[in-house]
Amino acid sequence: MATTTTTDFVSPEPSTTDNYLNNEKGLLSWLLTLDHKRIGVMYLFSVLASFALGGTFALLIRAELWTPGPTLPGVTADMYNQFFTLHGAIMVFLVIIPGIPAALGNIILPLQLGAKDVAFPRLNLMSYHVWILGACFMLLSLVLGAADTGWTFYTPYSTMTETAVIPAAFGAFVLGFSSIFTGLNFIVTIHKLRPKGMTWFRMPLFVWALYSTALIQVLATPVIAITLLMLIVERTFGIGIFDPALGGDPVLFEHFFWFYSHPAVYIMIVPAFGVISEIIPVFSRKPIFGYKFIALSSVAIAILGFLVWGHHMFTSGQSVLAGTIFSAITFLIAIPTAIKTFNWISTMYKGRIHLETPMLYALAFLWVFTIGGVTGMFLAVMSVDVHLHDTYFVVAHFHYVMMGGSITAFLGGLHYWWPKAFGRMYNEQLGRLSALVVFVGLNLTFFPQFILGSRGMPRRYYNYLEEFEGLHQLSTVGAFLLGIGFLLTAYGLLSSLRKKFDAPANPWGATTLEWQTASPPPYYNFATPPEVTQGPYDGYENLEYDEKIRGYVPTKA
Amino acid sequence: MANQLFHCLSSLAAPPKLPDSPFFLMPPQASTISGEIDWLFNVILWICSIVTIGVIIAMAYFVKKYGAKSRIANEKAEKTSEHNTTLEIAWSVIPLVITIAFFVWGFKGYVNLRTIPRDSLEVQVTAQKWSWLFEHSGFASAELHVPVNTKVRVIIRSTDVLHALWIPAFRTKMDAVPGRYTDLWFEATQTGTFPIHCAEYCGRSHSDMWSQVVVHTQADFEAWKKAEQDKNDNTPPVALGAKLAQERGCFSCHSIDGSPKVGPSWKGLFGSRESYSDGTTLVIDENHLKESIEDPQAKIRGGFPPSMPTFKGQLNDKQITGLVEYIKSLK
Amino acid sequence: MTDTTSETQSNAETNGHSAPPPGEHELHGKAEAHAANGNGGGHGHSQYPHLAHHFDSPQQQFDAGKLGIWLFLVQEVLFFAGLFCAYTVYRAQHPEIFVYAHYHLDTTMGAVNTCVLLVSSLTAAWAVRNAQLGEKNKLVINISITILCAFVFLGVKYKEYAHKVHEGTLWGHHFNPQHELWELDTFKSKHPESAKLAEKIAAIQFEGQAKRNPHGEHQGSGAEANAPGPTTPSLPGATAGAADSDTKVRRIQSLLLQASDETLHPLVAAGIIKHNIQATTGLERPATAHIFFGIYFFMTGLHGIHVIAGIIVWIWMLLKAQRGQFGPNYFGPIDYAALYWHLVDLVWIYLFPLLYLIH
Repeated sequence: MATTTTTDFVSPEPSTTDNYLNNEKGLLSWLLTLDHKRIGVMYLFSVLASFALGGTFALLIRAELWTPGPTLPGVTADMYNQFFTLHGAIMVFLVIIPGIPAALGNIILPLQLGAKDVAFPRLNLMSYHVWILGACFMLLSLVLGAADTGWTFYTPYSTMTETAVIPAAFGAFVLGFSSIFTGLNFIVTIHKLRPKGMTWFRMPLFVWALYSTALIQVLATPVIAITLLMLIVERTFGIGIFDPALGGDPVLFEHFFWFYSHPAVYIMIVPAFGVISEIIPVFSRKPIFGYKFIALSSVAIAILGFLVWGHHMFTSGQSVLAGTIFSAITFLIAIPTAIKTFNWISTMYKGRIHLETPMLYALAFLWVFTIGGVTGMFLAVMSVDVHLHDTYFVVAHFHYVMMGGSITAFLGGLHYWWPKAFGRMYNEQLGRLSALVVFVGLNLTFFPQFILGSRGMPRRYYNYLEEFEGLHQLSTVGAFLLGIGFLLTAYGLLSSLRKKFDAPANPWGATTLEWQTASPPPYYNFATPPEVTQGPYDGYENLEYDEKIRGYVPTKA
Repeated sequence: MANQLFHCLSSLAAPPKLPDSPFFLMPPQASTISGEIDWLFNVILWICSIVTIGVIIAMAYFVKKYGAKSRIANEKAEKTSEHNTTLEIAWSVIPLVITIAFFVWGFKGYVNLRTIPRDSLEVQVTAQKWSWLFEHSGFASAELHVPVNTKVRVIIRSTDVLHALWIPAFRTKMDAVPGRYTDLWFEATQTGTFPIHCAEYCGRSHSDMWSQVVVHTQADFEAWKKAEQDKNDNTPPVALGAKLAQERGCFSCHSIDGSPKVGPSWKGLFGSRESYSDGTTLVIDENHLKESIEDPQAKIRGGFPPSMPTFKGQLNDKQITGLVEYIKSLK
Repeated sequence: MTDTTSETQSNAETNGHSAPPPGEHELHGKAEAHAANGNGGGHGHSQYPHLAHHFDSPQQQFDAGKLGIWLFLVQEVLFFAGLFCAYTVYRAQHPEIFVYAHYHLDTTMGAVNTCVLLVSSLTAAWAVRNAQLGEKNKLVINISITILCAFVFLGVKYKEYAHKVHEGTLWGHHFNPQHELWELDTFKSKHPESAKLAEKIAAIQFEGQAKRNPHGEHQGSGAEANAPGPTTPSLPGATAGAADSDTKVRRIQSLLLQASDETLHPLVAAGIIKHNIQATTGLERPATAHIFFGIYFFMTGLHGIHVIAGIIVWIWMLLKAQRGQFGPNYFGPIDYAALYWHLVDLVWIYLFPLLYLIH
């Protein structure tokens, strides 16, 4: 029946005191906190601020591309190159990689495990401060004349250019350690701090997703760390690993770089899969279809993701044999991902579907991520990729999966867990409106880019041929619309913080453990540690909606 | 209908420069491989569109059919199984078969793209920031000239950073990697001119590193070769210098109208007195211009970066004289 | 919301404190609080001063820490793996550079360092045992010896680095060796015949030259800073006149043809003489020899940084040990530090043969 034997649902009434947000006051109580929830909140605002910065660069890029030639006054080709470098580096290293694990995972993971905290709270705090340090180096690069190498730092351009490459590369290096420590923390937490009765196959799928992501974080990130370190050393000391003039090999850099950066995209998307796997059952009032498959496929994708990096290098001069192997394994990864999508839709079959904002984002995800995923097919096919590599088709593909995938899921998760984390319900109408604007905006921005790419528009281009102007303009309009959508979202969420605590413990009727403590939780999470006797998506039928508190309580019978 | 929409959109600006492609999502099909690539692209497009639309329709249908009225109503979902072996096998096997097919076709096409036919006509290309220089058995040109219906192998090298030679109409692309040679091949099936883009980010003027491939009929190709030969033999120095300045990428860093770019402008350069980063000043004469071409790091003009590459060994005396005379002519 | 204590109650068993103080163990100090739930509450934490509030038992805390340190070590391995990979790629493509360069390294010093680290690993492991048994004095001694060995290691490394600076065997453009391969004691003692042959050839090759210069570029003067692309060594003495160099070449060739394979082999393996003897016109250094030293300094430097980090950790452990903090219920930090230290040792065990013992 209920999922705990002792403490049932805590009182569904909102807590005004004795929650983690107001139990201590003052800046230092935040900066030196060991509470995973506070650390998660700090990450959340830091990541969102970085998103705003990276997004500003995106708007500058799109504005510049309004006309085929130079457009914005004062924006030279050099500046444009710096814009897209900063946009990419900030979005990848400061926003999407930490993104869901650091901002949402930190708050929710221990709660979903009925634990008091993560395994290493001090390491968690250090992760955050290391992130801040990395961000400072990125900003330092901005101030010292920003790098212009593209976020991929390909050599030998990156060893020769006179822009501020070292701060940017060092920033990414430092950020890598933040990611490693978070991953390490989560793995140990999931292994050692599960509650009584929660076997591996009773863990929520968000936990499985965080676990798979953490594996990649720990295994892949050191490789980019050493790669960036090699780049910095090469620039500083002229060692000659990548510089052909000194006998080095630029393609070796590409191999090292993509060995991390391909698994990195799974760091970006697997947590998103986890969020979607949480939202859809709850908002369909039905257990998820194919739980074990979704759980294990996340791990499989994490592992297989290490074997495909060469699909970024089909035109680099690597051997046909190598390319063949990379292409074949890439297709293998596509299958479990597709099946997950079918599983999610099957969950909705014969459910009772509620369309609040989190579910709207989840549905948007299904639509947009499918487009992003299938366009990956074009790029996995070796012969077609030769034409499409380094064109706007690739740009469109990765924005569909990253914006339409990771960010959409992030926003969905943010709305889903907002009442739990902050104790206030956001404005539902505004939430739905902003979801719609974001959805339209992102499709309008990125769909034309597929066509631009296949028709011959290369990427990272400041000037372009006149024939592409119309599609670029469509894309630019979409980008600004998307920006408006994000502003609306931010407004909708942040304005809720002015209210008093009004959220019930379980507004959505979910059955995972985080909903069995108050909203927001007390700093110690659970008065008594819960025990688990059933799966994470079992028991919707035992909850009923109580209009007084606008939340769910156990059925009285 | 899609075609019309596209044409409508692209006519928001100037009309397209290129001849219409039979497949509006792709550039013109101008090589033996273009059709094959487009066919595969089309197949993937159809299948993926069906899958995507299927997903969207299923989603929309379920939302409509199983939408809950309100939370207060406490509607319970129907009990369904969390597994359906037939369905799960179907949606595992069918995508697997499809992806295997994609992989195999892609692999075949790739092998085709990467297997250079014997007896190809060879052209060398040198990529540098930010221009292409094509060498066709003795004739250097900023454009690639080839005869139609002939297998051509392009041997690619770079003198500085990574670039990539991309000919969209031929659907082929290959990186130019400094320190080694790479190559690609094609057989053009249409005469005309087709764009060449650099497809690997290489710095400031990456987007201006534009060229084109000129596909001649066999007869025209011979005529072009002869004309080039004559030009090389007979071009007066100033004209030769102007042509070289264009081909060798001098104009990406030097202007002829007085405005400073990466390097000083050539207008009025000859005979002027200028100061250098080592503190000296001198009057610019023929010797200094020759030295700047062959050993540009010897003297760096004050206020300019030491970015100029050397052309030593790449230009013969006649060509250097031509450049010098050309610069002299720019008063 | 009148009564904050009742807000979290749905049954009488739940604890009554409204805002539990944030201390580590006081949280569960109230006996009535969690007695029913056996989460290691009241009876657990006050007994174990080092038990963090979110763990139920010292065993759980130790296990968690152990898993954590192993994960950390895994990522350290991957961190170094990139460099080992670069080493492998370059050694496969340019084996002669590695043969050439290793003669410039002092195998004895490398072996000393290997022993030193092995001893320190022993004392580290021993320290763990001391901690488990609560043997404070022995623990302090063993940690101190570990630290001492680490400093000895760094000292030897410093000597090696200083020697290389002096010798000019540095990375990239700074590669400017003061001695040729056949002048090195390491080469002469191993391959005396080859060294003598090389001396004879060199004597002919550099006749009439004040300063020997068998390598045309990267001589530290930076004159050819402009030339991109792989360079080929220039033939020395070319300025002396064509006829002169022809004679020299003939004399060199005859020496080469007379020499036995055994004598020639070490020189060929080190890239000093081409594989194709007929085409050899003199001695040359392998063109990209500096790459070895770049890799050498990077790998040993990164390792050295990890040794320094290890020293810092051990000093911290020493301070904690002196305060008597470790015992049977709390020895995790020593265990984890020792594991880290074993990895640092293990990385060196790989570096030593790969860099110093090349054949």
